[in-house]
Amino acid sequence: MKWDEFFVTGDPMIYGADVSIVLTMVGILFYLTKYKKWKWLWDEWLTTVDHKKLGIMYIVSAVLMLFRGGVDALLMRTQLAVPEAKFLDSQHYNEIFTTHGTIMIIFMAMPFLIGLINVVVPLQIGARDVAYPYLNAVSFWTFFIGAMLFNISFVIGGSPSAGWTSYMPLASNELSPGPGQNYYLLGLQIAGIGTLLTGINFLVTILKMRAPGMTLFRMPMFTWSSLVTMVIIIFAFPILTVALALMTFDRLFGSHFFTLQGAGMDMLWANLFWLWGHPEVYIVILPAFGMFSEIISTFSRKTLFGYKAMIWSMLLIAGYSFLVWVHHFFTMGSGALVNSVFSITTMAIGIPTGVKIFNWLFTMYRGKIQFTTPMLWSLGFIVNFVIGGVTGVMLAMAAADYQYHNTYFLVSHFHYVLIAGTVFACFAGLIYWYPKMFGYKLNERIGKWVFWVFTIGFNVCFFPQYFLGLDGMPRRVYTYSEESGWGPLNMVSTIGGFMMGIAFLILVYNMYYSFRYAKRETTGDAWDGRTLEWSTPTAMPPFYNFAKIPEVTGLDHFWRQKQAGKVEKLKAEDIKPIHMPSNSGVPFIMASFFFVAGFGMVFEWMWMAIFGIIGVFGTLFYRSFEYDDGYYVSVEEVIETEKISK
Amino acid sequence: MRRLKPFFTFGLLMAVFMLSGCSDMIVLDPKGPVGAEQRDLIMYSIWFMLFILLVVYALTAFIVYKYRDRKNHKGYDPDNEGSHLLETIWWIIPIIIVIALSIPTVKSIYSLEGPPEESKDQKPLVIHATSVNWKWVFSYPEQDIETVNYLHIPEDRPVLFKLTSADSMASFWVPQLGGQKYAMAGMETELYLQADEQGTYEGRNSNFTGEGFTNHTFDVMAMSDAEFEKWASETKADAPELSKGQYDKLMLPGHVKQMTFSSTHLDWVDHAKNPEYALDARERLGYEEKLPHSKAGKEEKKKREEEMKKLEESESHGDSHAH
Repeated sequence: MKWDEFFVTGDPMIYGADVSIVLTMVGILFYLTKYKKWKWLWDEWLTTVDHKKLGIMYIVSAVLMLFRGGVDALLMRTQLAVPEAKFLDSQHYNEIFTTHGTIMIIFMAMPFLIGLINVVVPLQIGARDVAYPYLNAVSFWTFFIGAMLFNISFVIGGSPSAGWTSYMPLASNELSPGPGQNYYLLGLQIAGIGTLLTGINFLVTILKMRAPGMTLFRMPMFTWSSLVTMVIIIFAFPILTVALALMTFDRLFGSHFFTLQGAGMDMLWANLFWLWGHPEVYIVILPAFGMFSEIISTFSRKTLFGYKAMIWSMLLIAGYSFLVWVHHFFTMGSGALVNSVFSITTMAIGIPTGVKIFNWLFTMYRGKIQFTTPMLWSLGFIVNFVIGGVTGVMLAMAAADYQYHNTYFLVSHFHYVLIAGTVFACFAGLIYWYPKMFGYKLNERIGKWVFWVFTIGFNVCFFPQYFLGLDGMPRRVYTYSEESGWGPLNMVSTIGGFMMGIAFLILVYNMYYSFRYAKRETTGDAWDGRTLEWSTPTAMPPFYNFAKIPEVTGLDHFWRQKQAGKVEKLKAEDIKPIHMPSNSGVPFIMASFFFVAGFGMVFEWMWMAIFGIIGVFGTLFYRSFEYDDGYYVSVEEVIETEKISK
Repeated sequence: MRRLKPFFTFGLLMAVFMLSGCSDMIVLDPKGPVGAEQRDLIMYSIWFMLFILLVVYALTAFIVYKYRDRKNHKGYDPDNEGSHLLETIWWIIPIIIVIALSIPTVKSIYSLEGPPEESKDQKPLVIHATSVNWKWVFSYPEQDIETVNYLHIPEDRPVLFKLTSADSMASFWVPQLGGQKYAMAGMETELYLQADEQGTYEGRNSNFTGEGFTNHTFDVMAMSDAEFEKWASETKADAPELSKGQYDKLMLPGHVKQMTFSSTHLDWVDHAKNPEYALDARERLGYEEKLPHSKAGKEEKKKREEEMKKLEESESHGDSHAH
C-alpha cells in the first residue's frame, strides 16, 4: 500500500482536519502532563466502573459525535444551498452523507441515550450500580473504540461512501474497493458488541436490582422505556452482528453472500439490514418517550396520565418494530400481498404512538405547567414530532410510497422523528438530569435561546424538504440543475441548518457559562422531582448512590413522601458497610486491542488483526482468573460522606 | 403560550405558502393514469393528516394555555391519573383512521401491479430497462432497437417496463408518469406506466449507486402512436447495430450521451439471468476499480472517461435519429 492510498490527500479541507487533529492531540497531552493529570485520568475515568461516570463519558462522546455529524450536515447543506455548486465533489459528498448518517445514529443518538440511561436508571430503581459494572465498562470502551475507528477513516484510508445503509452490491469490493467500507463494517461491529452487552446488562439490572417494594408497575416510565429498549436491543443487534460479519467475509475473504458473483443475493443484505434497522429506530425513540414522560409529569406537577396504557403501548410498539422492516423497500417488487401486509402493520404502529401523544397532553391537563427548558423541549417534541408521525403514516401507504421513496420527502420525515424525537429528548434529558451529573443546572435563560433558535432552525431546515421531495428531488444527489427549480427551497433549508449549528454553539457556551457561574445545588432535588434519583441528599449522588436503599411503596414514591411530609432522614444506625465493585483497567486495554484488530482488518493486514484478536482473548483470559470480589465501604466513610451528625 | 403564538403563526404561514405551490410540484402534477392514482391517494391522505395535526395542535394550545402555572390557577388535580373513557376514545379513533387509509392503499397496491384500468384492453408496449453505472439502456424487443439514456413511448398506451441492473441496485423513476421500482442484477421486476399527454419527462435512478449517481438520468418522450411507429422503423433502418465490443464499453462505470442502435443486447445477455456479465466485461477491458482518493484511482477515472468518449464517437452515425 502506497502513502497516497494510506493518507487521504489532495483536499485542503482534509489537510485542515489533519492539522487540527494533531494540534488537539498535542494540546491534550500537554495539558495532562503539565498539570499532572495522567493519574487522575486513569484512576477516575479510564478504569472506572461507576455507572454515573460511564454515563457521563457516553454523553461527552455523543456530544463530540454530534459536533462531527453536525459539521458533516453543514458541509452538505452548503453544497446544496445553490444549484450546481462546486464546494464538494461527488465522491466527497458521498463520503460525508455516509458518515453523517452512520455517526448520528450509531455514535450519537444511541450513546447519548445509553449515557442518560446509565446515569439515571440505577438511581431511579434505587440501586447502587448496574448488575455487571465491569461489563458496563467493556460496553463503553468498545463503543468508544468503534466510534474512533470509524472516525479516523476520513484522514486515513478514506471514508466509506456507500451510504449508511451500505446496500450491496454497491458496497462490495468490486464497486467500492479499499478500506472505506471496511471501516464501516469493523467500526459498527466493535461498537455493536458494546451495545449488545448494554442490552443484557440493563435488562438484568432493571429486572433484578430494583429497590424493595418497586414492583414492575411501580417503575418510573423512563426505566420502563429503558427495559423495553433493552429487549429490542437483545433481539435486534445479533442480526446486525451477523449481517456485518457476512459482508466482512464477502469483502475480506472472498465469500459470496451478497455479491454480484457466485449467486450472491443483494436483496438479502437489504432485508437483514432493515430487520435490525427498523427496531434500531425504536431503540433510539423509546427512551426518548420515557424521558418526555418523566419531564412532562414533573413540570405539570401531576401524575402521568394513563400509566398502564403508556406501558402497553410501548410493548406494542416494540413488538411491531420487528414486523415492519419491508416498508424500507416497498419498491423492491415483493408483490401486492407483501406490500399490503407491511403497509398495514406500519400504519398500525401509529396507533399506540398516537395514544402516547394524547396521554402526554392529558398529563398536562389539570396540571400546573412550568415552562422550564426541559419542558419547552418536551412541548417542542409534541408539536414537531406529530408532523414526523403523520408523514410517516403517509409513507406507510405503499402505493403512495412509490413516489416518496428515495426523495427528500423521506429525508424530511425521518429527520422530523429523529430530531424532534430523539435529539429533543437528548437535550431535554441532558438539561433535566444535568444537576444530577454535575451539581448545578444549566442556565435557563441561555437554554431558552438554544431551544428557540434550534427549533425554528429545525423547521426552516426540514419543512421545505417535504416540498422538495414532492417536486421530485431525490436524496443523496450532490448537486442539481438550475432548471429543476429546487434552488430557493434548498437555500431556505441551508439557512435553517446553520441556525441549528448556531444553537449547538450556544448550548456549548451554556455549558461553559454554567460551569463558571451557575449556583451550585444544595439538595439532591433540583426540580422538585418525583422519582428516586432526586431523593439523594447531595446534588450529585456519592459513588455508592444510596447510603440506605429506599423502600418503595408506590408509583412516584419520592413525590408522595414529600407531599405527606414524610421524607425519611438518614440515621447513623441505619448504615451498614456497602459492597462496591473495584475499578479495572482491563476493559480499556481490551478495547485498545479491539482497535488494533479492527484497524488491521480494515487495511487487511492480517498479522496486525491476529495480534489484536490474541490481545482481546488475552484480556478475557486474564479476567477469568482475576479473583476480585470488590470491596466494602466502611460505615465511618459513609457517615462522613453523608455528613450525618451523630 | 403567548410565546408559542409566533411559532404557530409562522408554521401556518409556511404551510399555506407552500401548499399554494402544490400544483407546481411534479409528483402532484402527473401526466398519466399511474401517477394520477398515486396523486389522488396522496391528496386523500393529506386531508387526514391535516385533520390530525389540527386536533393535536388545538388541544395542545388549549391545555398549555389554560393550565400554565400562574396566579389564581384553577383546576389543579395532581392525582388525576387517567380516564378509561378518554383513553378508549383515543385508541378507537386512530384505529378508524388507519382502516380508512388502509382500504384505498391496498386497492391501489393491487391495481398498480397491472396495467391501468382505462387501457386494460390494449396490448402493452414492452421495454427492457437495464441500469448500469451510471446509464440506462432501453431495449425494445418487438421493434428490435435499443436506446441509451432516452426513451420514446406512444401516448395513451400502457408500457410494461422489465427492469434489471447490470451492477448496483438502482430505482427506475419517472415522477410525472408514476412511482418507482428497483432494478436489480439477477432479478427482473415489472412496472407499468402510461403517458396521457405528449411531452418530454425527466426520468432517473433514485437509488444511490455511487459517484455518478446524480447524473444517472434519462428522458422520456411521449408521442402519438404514428410518430412512435415512424421513429421505431426509421431507427431500425438507419441506426448502427450494437456490437458486443461497444456493449462491453457501456458496462464501464461512467456517463454517456444519448445513443441509438438497431439491435439489442438481449441477443446475447439478459442481466436478469446473468448478474456477472458487467464485471466480466470490465475484466475483459482490463478495468479495475481503484481507491477514489489515490493517484491510481484518479488515473483510472480519467481512462474511463476517455473510453466513454471513444464509445460515443463510435456511435455518432446513429445520433442524428435520436431526436
